[in-house]
Amino acid sequence: MSALTAIFMRDLRLAVRVGGGAGIGVLFFLIVVVLAPFAIGPDLALLARIGPAILWLGALLASLLTLDRLIAADAEDGSLDLILTGRTPLELAVAAKALAHWLTTGLPLAIATPLFGLLMNLDMQASFAVALTLLAGTPALTFLGLLGAALAVTLRRGGLLLTVLILPLTVPVLIFGVAASNAAVTGSVPFAMPFTILCALTLASLVIGTFAAAASLRHGME
Amino acid sequence: MPLIDLANPTRFLKLSGLLLPWLAGAATIALAVGLYLAGNAPDDYQQGATVKIMFIHVPSAWLAMAIWGMMSLAALGTLVWRHPLADVAAKAATPIGAAFTLICLLTGSLWGRPMWGTYWVWDARLTSVLILFLMYLGVMALWRSVDDPSRAGRAAAILTLVGAINLPIIKFSVDWWNTLHQPASVVRIAGPAIHPTILVPLLVMALAFVLIFVTLHLAAMRNEILRRRVRTLMMIEAQAAPGRG
Repeated sequence: MSALTAIFMRDLRLAVRVGGGAGIGVLFFLIVVVLAPFAIGPDLALLARIGPAILWLGALLASLLTLDRLIAADAEDGSLDLILTGRTPLELAVAAKALAHWLTTGLPLAIATPLFGLLMNLDMQASFAVALTLLAGTPALTFLGLLGAALAVTLRRGGLLLTVLILPLTVPVLIFGVAASNAAVTGSVPFAMPFTILCALTLASLVIGTFAAAASLRHGME
Repeated sequence: MPLIDLANPTRFLKLSGLLLPWLAGAATIALAVGLYLAGNAPDDYQQGATVKIMFIHVPSAWLAMAIWGMMSLAALGTLVWRHPLADVAAKAATPIGAAFTLICLLTGSLWGRPMWGTYWVWDARLTSVLILFLMYLGVMALWRSVDDPSRAGRAAAILTLVGAINLPIIKFSVDWWNTLHQPASVVRIAGPAIHPTILVPLLVMALAFVLIFVTLHLAAMRNEILRRRVRTLMMIEAQAAPGRG
């Protein structure tokens, strides 16, 4: 088994077993979606109109807030030092960790969205459109958050500071994610235009996030 | 003089000490000339005298973006060449950049009130400048929350470089979601669309703002170097203090 698969499988196992955080993200997402009508009011027409935006905000917060332990836990138990000194390129190693994290956090969000869309009075087509945009967009959030997780280790700080640093970078993802969802609901602009830009943002953050996170770990750990 | 000669902080302090009075004088003169020219510039036939806000607003917007670019160069200096003054330069530039961004936002909203009838609209350009401001505040928060300057410097450098991807988004957002804000009208392929009576004062004001920035930046860098020396001396003293071992 190659080193990358080993890291990937280890992170998956750690996430789904007792003590791991898989499932918390979806629970958080559900609570944000449930809280929104209490703040806005039970007006079904209004909820249907802003539903995609609320689903995206909830997913954004859920995938970023679960990230700050992603590398910090490895730094505490010493496995980060092994990854750093190993022959596997650090960029690929952190990418494998991010992928495992996305499979246990981002993917469940996208799968749960059609169900949570019912709470927001979205019709079937709109719910699946939002789920599709989340499927394409949440990896971007994970890879940007990966940088936050790496900075959290090198600065020995976590929580609010990292959220403050990373959230501004997620604005384009949020814009095009919600724009694509709304395009599918209202049909005013073709769905493909914002959706392909969203995919491009995901690919760009895959590169930027992994390289920046690896650079941050290299410079911070010496 | 090669850049590496400035790597010695003592030499930098000496040279910048010589330069600072001249820079401050040049900035004052350029600002005086710029304000005079701006005061005499003709009013806009639609916007009246409020168009003069532009002479503050536009140069600060340019600087808000240019300072982040300068911080990105300094970040490369920190990460690639390990230039000892690069993170001093980046740290000293951050609050000044935040200040110019805030000036840009405030004058923009004062200008928007009579023109658009509201202090704030969620237009693409305004929004991206606001995000730039938030990112400046984020870098400042990072510098403030970590006590070891070199550790904070490397983290801030990586964050600055990643943030630099935001700069093209600001520039091109005008073309993406062209809503209320007028599109870029000075730097265009077809040449400036502004009449010279407005353009000349604007460029003089831009020069003045750049000189102000360079002056403030050099002074802030000197302060930062001295602050780090004081910190080192205090740590040495604390270690040498009796009863601490």
